[in-house]
Amino acid sequence: MKEVYFLRCRECGKKYANTPQSFCEECFSPLEVSYDYEALARSAKREALTHRAFTMWRYAELLPLPEGFTPAAAVGGTPLVKSRKLGAEWGIRNLYFKNDAVCFPTLSFKDRVVATALAAAKRFGFTKVGCSSTGNLANAVAAQGAQQGFDTTVFIPADLEPAKILNTAVYGARIIRIDGNYDQVNRLCTQIADRFRWGLVNVNLRPYYAEGSKTHGYEIAEQLGWELPDNVVVPMAGGSLIGKIAKAFCELAHLGWVEPKQVKFFGAQATGCSPIADAVKRGLSRFEPQKPNTIARSLAIGNPADGHYARRLITESGGWAECIPDPEIIDAIKLLAQTEGIFAETAGGVTAGVTAKLIEQGRIRGDETTVVCITGNGLKTTDAIAADFPATEAIAPKLEAFEALVAQQLDETVRTN
Amino acid sequence: MAITIEIPTAFRRFTDGAPKLESGATTVAEALNELVTRFPALSRHVRDEQGQIRQFINVYLNDEDIRFLGGEASALKDGDKLLLVPSIAGG
Repeated sequence: MKEVYFLRCRECGKKYANTPQSFCEECFSPLEVSYDYEALARSAKREALTHRAFTMWRYAELLPLPEGFTPAAAVGGTPLVKSRKLGAEWGIRNLYFKNDAVCFPTLSFKDRVVATALAAAKRFGFTKVGCSSTGNLANAVAAQGAQQGFDTTVFIPADLEPAKILNTAVYGARIIRIDGNYDQVNRLCTQIADRFRWGLVNVNLRPYYAEGSKTHGYEIAEQLGWELPDNVVVPMAGGSLIGKIAKAFCELAHLGWVEPKQVKFFGAQATGCSPIADAVKRGLSRFEPQKPNTIARSLAIGNPADGHYARRLITESGGWAECIPDPEIIDAIKLLAQTEGIFAETAGGVTAGVTAKLIEQGRIRGDETTVVCITGNGLKTTDAIAADFPATEAIAPKLEAFEALVAQQLDETVRTN
Repeated sequence: MAITIEIPTAFRRFTDGAPKLESGATTVAEALNELVTRFPALSRHVRDEQGQIRQFINVYLNDEDIRFLGGEASALKDGDKLLLVPSIAGG
């Protein structure tokens, strides 16, 4: 079967045959995977999904996968959790959390992008793969790279959270710590991809990598009963995910799988790294890069590659972007865990906290369906909240000790009331 | 005094394969102007219709993005390196 996807420049429209390259040779703007949608409409049928497992691969026709591709892992297929408490507390009737904190295999949405990137890496004949990463991506590349037999190297800022480094090292990946922030790591990786024949998933394989994020959006639509939500709140680092969710919704509408709808896109950032939110709020046509300083390390990209497109999408969709400071991120992590039972990483705290702020501002209304995207697991960023939960005093393994404790705590309750 | 402008592979089809250019420029703007004067085919790829550096090209002076320095007005000193890098990576 003829391939129905190719690369296309997002600015000048020049088309390219599939190749490991992220920018247009004519105007140096980003290349994106595009599809022959007429052919897709003939080959991709919603009914065909009924008998497929609930993983990202159920949307295989809508992804840039090589012919004969066989998935190596059951990536994606995460729960869309209907809020039981926060929605009521915030006055939102239909509030959902798309929970990629439990994405397989490494507990973040990056598993999705790595899945499509490594399919491309294999197709282009790379044996060495890697990435620049704030942590989650490194975990995902290391795990799937190991499983698929790639020689894997990840480049990370030297001061990354220990858990994220360990969660990469365990898979046997080569870890190169860079004395610098993520943007500097990224610049180095661009130079490495220029010099070495390596498949860097978010550099030269970036067009294929980014397409994996669409499955987060397909799943949301399908889990809402093949309907689009009114609002989506998305954390923003490089600014790619928000655009790919929008692309997913557009494609589903174009294929007739959902009714078209003007979905409002809301972006969430930490105040300590908020170049996109800042541009939206100030009405700038170009974002200004920042030096990140936030506990939300997975969102700490001061010079976001897709910042321009994220800003434009948010503005044109009628949405908005907001940011919250670090203490509010921690509060939101605890709130999400203690109300919905979802333990998100710092980025999830950002998204939940920003959602509350947007509701307070009246930008998200109570009668609308709102989906909040949780993209990573709290087990990876326990350092950020450890100080809030000091170890309690141990008691003897005796019933009397427990009775004494109960009496003491009862006494405390009485006293505080 | 001389500074060096390093040219990434993707740009070299417009520079007859030259990987770098030595320049006597004293500001970033002057250096970029010298680059596109020397290689006119590169001109429209470096700047947009409004004359701004294109959205998806980052310019670094030694180790720092010029937007954190004085932008194109940033002064250059002997031995400085100017680096042009496509910005489409990461995230």
